[in-house]
Amino acid sequence: MRVDFTKPAGIQHKQYRNFVDRISPKPNVLVNVVWAFLVGGSIAAIGQALLTLFLMLGLPILEAGAMVAVVLIFIAAFLTGLGVFDDIARYAGAGAFVPITGFANAMVAQAMEARTEGLVLGVGARLFTIAGPVLVFGIVVAWLTGLIYFLFR
Amino acid sequence: MIFAMAFLVGGLICVVGQLLMDLTSYKVTPAHILVGFVTTGAILSAFGLYQPLVELAGAGALVPLTGFGHILTQGAIRGVERDGLLGVFAGPLEAAAAGVTAAIVFGYFFAILFKPKG
Repeated sequence: MRVDFTKPAGIQHKQYRNFVDRISPKPNVLVNVVWAFLVGGSIAAIGQALLTLFLMLGLPILEAGAMVAVVLIFIAAFLTGLGVFDDIARYAGAGAFVPITGFANAMVAQAMEARTEGLVLGVGARLFTIAGPVLVFGIVVAWLTGLIYFLFR
Repeated sequence: MIFAMAFLVGGLICVVGQLLMDLTSYKVTPAHILVGFVTTGAILSAFGLYQPLVELAGAGALVPLTGFGHILTQGAIRGVERDGLLGVFAGPLEAAAAGVTAAIVFGYFFAILFKPKG
């Protein structure tokens, strides 16, 4: 049953919407979730390997954690430049976006597209299209926590 | 063992993000996921609920963006313990300085060096 043109326009419209809904591809949630788990887990395991390495080299835990972030950000920014990150993210979805790699990808991808708009308002500004909101919300929550801790500790 | 826990916890946090993307309206974009995860991590950390996950899973809890929120909040708390009120302002970004600077510098260089595909 597609659209019955003898029916009033409202019913035709509803039939058309049902038809479109039926033939539109649905996201295959199970496949997406498995990919997200495997890729996200792998990135975390690579992070753990780096963390263990930096701890063995004698870095204190906080510095070792910061170095892990720096290395993963470098890799993700480089792979985004090459276009490889997009190929991975097409399958991995949140598995590539949710780790710190997604933060780096969002910065490079937006800025790269904006090169024709110049270095200042193009690249410089667009680096923060997504990274900006992430920093704003993270810092506001951290600041409020710090303030409450300062007042009531 | 810590590698298995990192894989498991890191993977599961990403699964939560994937489910949010697939099962909610099209208006939930990766940008909303990133902001939501940083905020969630920062709030969980404020209530002391995130540090146990870091002790359990190491990088599995630190590498997802919830871990970035955790680092910002813990920076604020350490800042207060060291410097009082000034630490409220300086602490969060001090803790995240290396990651933020790396993202800006590498992001800028690679955005200049490479041309977008297609």
